[in-house]
Amino acid sequence: MGRKKWLLAAGVLVALVFPLGLRVPYHQHILIMILVWATLGNAWNLLGGYAGQASFGHAAFFGLGAYSAGLLVHHLGISPWWGMLLGPPVATAFALPIGLVCFRLRGPYFALATLALGEIFRLVFTNWVAFTNGARGILILPEFTRKLPYYYIMLAIFALSLVMVRVMVNSKLGYYFVSIREDQDAAEALGIPATRYKLYALLPSAFITGLVGAFYMNYVAFIDPHVVFSLGDVSVMIILVVMMGGVATLWGPAVGAAIYLALSEAFRARFGAVSLLPFGVLVCLVILFMPNGVMGEAARLGKRLAGRREGWGGEPA
Amino acid sequence: MSYLELRGVTKDFGGLRAVDNLSFEVEQGEIFGIIGPNGSGKTTCFNLINGFYPLTGGEIHFRGRRIDGLPPHRICELGIARTFQVVKPLRRMTVLENVMAGAFLRESRVAAARRRAREVLEFCGLAHRADVEAKSLTIADRKRLEIARALATQPEVLLLDETAAGLNPRECEEAIALIQRIRQSGVTVVVVEHVMKVIMGISDRVLAINFGREIARGTPGEIARHPEVIRAYLGEAHA
Repeated sequence: MGRKKWLLAAGVLVALVFPLGLRVPYHQHILIMILVWATLGNAWNLLGGYAGQASFGHAAFFGLGAYSAGLLVHHLGISPWWGMLLGPPVATAFALPIGLVCFRLRGPYFALATLALGEIFRLVFTNWVAFTNGARGILILPEFTRKLPYYYIMLAIFALSLVMVRVMVNSKLGYYFVSIREDQDAAEALGIPATRYKLYALLPSAFITGLVGAFYMNYVAFIDPHVVFSLGDVSVMIILVVMMGGVATLWGPAVGAAIYLALSEAFRARFGAVSLLPFGVLVCLVILFMPNGVMGEAARLGKRLAGRREGWGGEPA
Repeated sequence: MSYLELRGVTKDFGGLRAVDNLSFEVEQGEIFGIIGPNGSGKTTCFNLINGFYPLTGGEIHFRGRRIDGLPPHRICELGIARTFQVVKPLRRMTVLENVMAGAFLRESRVAAARRRAREVLEFCGLAHRADVEAKSLTIADRKRLEIARALATQPEVLLLDETAAGLNPRECEEAIALIQRIRQSGVTVVVVEHVMKVIMGISDRVLAINFGREIARGTPGEIARHPEVIRAYLGEAHA
């Protein structure tokens, strides 16, 4: 236990000091994006990893968070930073009815329903021009010209999400989430109200996703519906990040985001426009041969070495 | 006022009447057995009591309160727990965690739930497997786990669905001993069973059903001699 604490303290120190040493803004940008994806991964992992409800529509909550911030500027001229207060509750408020409807479905049907949902939001925000400015998107003036303030804000959001996930999965909630994932009928027979606990996973997940969306608006300063409600670049990318790092592991999303971003940037630099092809092949290989992700495989290896089980993570059923 | 009572319970699946106007009462503290050939509606009965299926007709009452129509988790909360014939272990959780998932119904703190779960595992003779993943248990231990997990919810009534099916004679004896210990601890037990020896050995009263209808009711001795029961199990020639 002592070693773990030292490791964590060292990690925090590195996270605080390391970007100061980076002189190239691009490198700082990569770090910020790793934190963005790690946090989105944490949010998704709560619902998709622990509670086993694989959402293919998290772009809906991301986009709602981003537009909450963007539209405050666009319509009212209020600083988009207020969007960071507005975005999360807006995403959560939309998540509630969505959950009540979609949680009637199980497995692939749930996944398809959420996939359709993300697309619905993209189409509505593209075509409701009077309110959303449509496909022209929303452009704001960024608050800071340097990257560092954004880095520390995003680091705080990441830390918040990590603590939140950790506290939740180590409580009764975590046991209930995993029980529902493993066998919903058995869980209900044990007195677990499955729909209610799925909502307990979804709402914080949407909250964090909306918060990151609002941050994204502030940081990138330009959004349009095709970017923030994207199926491939948001909804599916979140899933790939978590799968690469390790589904239902605490550090999986962070590790996955770091590897994913590093690799995709490296491939982009090396192969240019065709980078998606080798990258896609690599992702397929990871999913085929490391279905538990990096942290999942590490836990399995550790378990084999120590002869015991670690975390909720998992080998496929 | 009866303890657990089914009144004229009927269940149709499309054109098939799986349970047909079935009525019986379970008294507090007894072991009540339900027997019947394959497909006679025993498990469906449990699925109706426990709220998995809506009733087509009739009523179910528990401690003077109507419980049909309530969702499964509410019925468990009221004190009726069940096991599954086809065991449903939470595969990637350890045995202890499986039982904790049950214990959380009455204990919301992790430490308390863990303590409670350990007690139940001890009671069920599964303590030595506590840290093993549920998916690596033998079938006999999986059946024990089903019982342990249900007991962890601290039920008043425990519905056991074919606990002895697939067990060898020694494991069967152990299962019988466990069921008797459960009754002694004050829990009312309803057993659905195929293995005659088990049900006849432990039940205070037995209900025999076929095609979803009652064919006989009484003490195990009476049931074993009842011509309708013999006909249902062995055919016309033996009746």
